[in-house]
Amino acid sequence: MKKIKVLWDLFMIFLKIGGFTFGGGLAMLPLIQREVVDNRSWVAEEEIIDIFAISQSVPGVIAINTSIFVGNKVAGKSGAVAAAFGVILPAFVSIILVVTLLIGLQGNIYVEKVFAGIRAASAGLILLAAIKLGRNAVKGRLGYFIAIAAFLAITIWNIHAAWAIVFGGVAGYGLYLFNGGTKHA
Amino acid sequence: MLKLLQLFYVFFKVGMFSFGGGYAMLSMIYQEIEKFGFMPAKEFSDVVALSQMTPGPIAVNAATYVGFKYAGFWGAAFATVGVSLPSFILILIISAFFYKFKSSKIVQAVLDGIRPATVGLIASAVLFFANTSIFQEKLFSYEGLKSPLSYISIPALIICAATVFLSIKFKVGPITLTILAGIAGAFIL
Repeated sequence: MKKIKVLWDLFMIFLKIGGFTFGGGLAMLPLIQREVVDNRSWVAEEEIIDIFAISQSVPGVIAINTSIFVGNKVAGKSGAVAAAFGVILPAFVSIILVVTLLIGLQGNIYVEKVFAGIRAASAGLILLAAIKLGRNAVKGRLGYFIAIAAFLAITIWNIHAAWAIVFGGVAGYGLYLFNGGTKHA
Repeated sequence: MLKLLQLFYVFFKVGMFSFGGGYAMLSMIYQEIEKFGFMPAKEFSDVVALSQMTPGPIAVNAATYVGFKYAGFWGAAFATVGVSLPSFILILIISAFFYKFKSSKIVQAVLDGIRPATVGLIASAVLFFANTSIFQEKLFSYEGLKSPLSYISIPALIICAATVFLSIKFKVGPITLTILAGIAGAFIL
């Protein structure tokens, strides 16, 4: 009985996350962080960063990867299914509704204004998430260097996110070797 | 039935081999659609606008859209399951290894390097959203930097600042803030 409650909670939380984020996986990160780390304590702050990193560096849909990772950690394979189903359902249902009923709204000036407003808010929310995660994740001079280098590489040179992750991992391993294999960053 | 299997196959391939999330996946979906003749190119280009109007992951929006147009409800279902299934396989394998090796010192050292890179990556998403709302595309060009104010939308900047303020000061949740920002957008943008 307790297991069913947990699966229901996972489904509902990811349904909420899938239903209120516009603009893809990255816009979901602040919501996932708030629901899963702050409100539920299902995942530790440090661990959610690892989950975000892995979800972005393997193939597949980032939001689905993240939901499966969290669901699996909280309640095993059935948890993964419940969370993924929750995050997928709003996207699925809303496209079918829009295609059948609301196709005329496309290009409507007010609809566009609403979404421009939402994108402006997303920028602010993601900024806050980055700062909050950064307090835990960015330590020492090397940490700041990696974070800034990753940011510039992606925004200015448009390199692929997976390379930033690989670079960070190699730098972390390099520092470990440099310190004689005893200490890590 | 053949149509359903085609959709499943194509979207499974997309889920298995595309890195970098929604927008990166769209180009791969587009190539496949052309090969299989699921729909004309122009019709597919609507999916970008539609995925902005509808919540959820862009790749799921696209899979549902293509599947629904090509083969109705079941087409949408097969395409969506196809694009999601690789995630199950990959993530379940990875998380099994992840918890096994997490206590290793070397894995810890590598993760310590990866975490700040992830933060940089997330911060770069801020610019992505700001560039399509607060800043005009050309802000970071010669003309843009000469007279930056004419390339910044002040109302959008106010919405962004108000979101940050309400979140920090009054701990307003992201969903409430998203709804408020949408309403504000309709009136002041």
